[in-house]
Amino acid sequence: MLLKLGGMTTLEALAVSSGPAFTSRGPLSTRLLHAFEYELATEETAGLSETVEETVATCDDVLQDDDVQFSLFLLYGLSYGDVIPGGDAWEWHSGMIAARRVLENAFEGGLRNTVSLPQSRSAHADDVAATLFALTKPDSGPSLSRHFATKVTQLQATEFVVQRSIYTLKEADPHSWAIPRLTGRAKAALVEIQADEYGGGRPERMHSAIFAGTMRGLGLNTRYGAYVDHVPAITLASLNTMSLFGLQRRLRGALVGHLAAFEMTSSIPNRKYGDGFRRLGYGADVTRYFDEHVEADAVHEQIAARDLAGALAAEEPALLDDILFGASACLLVDGLMGQHMLDAWAAGRSSLRIPLPVPRAAERPAEEDVLAKGQSQNV
Amino acid sequence: MSKAAEPGSASGSADWPIPGASVGHSLDPIIIACQNGPLLVRGSVELRTAEGEVIPQLRATIALCRCGVSSIKPFCDGTHKLINFQT
Ligand code: FES
Repeated sequence: MLLKLGGMTTLEALAVSSGPAFTSRGPLSTRLLHAFEYELATEETAGLSETVEETVATCDDVLQDDDVQFSLFLLYGLSYGDVIPGGDAWEWHSGMIAARRVLENAFEGGLRNTVSLPQSRSAHADDVAATLFALTKPDSGPSLSRHFATKVTQLQATEFVVQRSIYTLKEADPHSWAIPRLTGRAKAALVEIQADEYGGGRPERMHSAIFAGTMRGLGLNTRYGAYVDHVPAITLASLNTMSLFGLQRRLRGALVGHLAAFEMTSSIPNRKYGDGFRRLGYGADVTRYFDEHVEADAVHEQIAARDLAGALAAEEPALLDDILFGASACLLVDGLMGQHMLDAWAAGRSSLRIPLPVPRAAERPAEEDVLAKGQSQNV
Repeated sequence: MSKAAEPGSASGSADWPIPGASVGHSLDPIIIACQNGPLLVRGSVELRTAEGEVIPQLRATIALCRCGVSSIKPFCDGTHKLINFQT
């Protein structure tokens, strides 16, 4: 039954009050968005499994396919807060779970076929830490952070924050799913990192909240999902990788490896991002997030490499391969996301599917200059 | 109900040791010298400058630079990796 509230569908009504109505990217996401408009009803998912199979069978590159990655984002979104308005009833719907399983199997297969794993076979904690440090060693190739330090424009810097917002407004959430699946030293280490991510008891210091401050400083909409329609498949793939690893106990090793690689490639780039925003004339309200991560992640990378990933490998040596797979998948997908931005900017294009409005005065950052779509719904 | 160490008690009993007790379970700070990296400090310490001014500490666990090149001394900023710092 389609609920109508004053002429609007439930989803439209909820979109106005609590979230955006997303735009579909192909036959599969069209079906999902259509089903989510309804109260739980099996007839709304008739034909879903055929569409999923067909979507997976005809997709060339699962990591970059808009319909696959957006559909996965929606299905995983059912397990987070704030993504699918009214999604509670759909979370454990068997048709939705079945669709998710087909998509995520294809996604996991795509990741496993694409990453190259380091050769280390030692599950000793110190060796695992050394392998991860070698894997994540800063290199001298072109990178997003180097672009930031030298020549990023105001519009590009704003696009970067929009791209990052898909994960960072939920920063740390997917990795928290590993907590009840770990024990001992690895569990204590993960909780130690997450407690810091979540502000050590002070909500205003939660990293997601500090990031929202950066968005506000740039005049962006901080409501979760406001920019989902803007970002390319690879940006959704970045969050989907964490959700894939986070929602399956089987993949706890990969989730831990992912977090380790994420933390180990954070401090040095974040200093460059902060410098880039300072060079553009922005103040501490915008740069605080990046500055905070220079110090925080220099701590987290030590804990993540040794006490988390190292200890987990020592305790469950069978997980070593997945720890290294998770770390490599993080580097692969986030590397592709960065490369997408660099390629688009080098070609003089926006890195977004729907570009942001061009600021009126590009050299003079001010809140009113960069207005986001949906600003009237800003919180 | 199973026997458990009392919160805050100084040590577990012989038949019920506190997991991880060998690395300390009191609130005394612990310093871990990370290989090729910083000194990781867990627990509450007061950091001061040479002039005696308290250096604000914003997190429960901190990393102190020991390679000398951090831009946020006394804290580590990860730059030791760029200079191949070896301990
Ligand atoms: S020890 Fe990390 S920057 Fe010096």
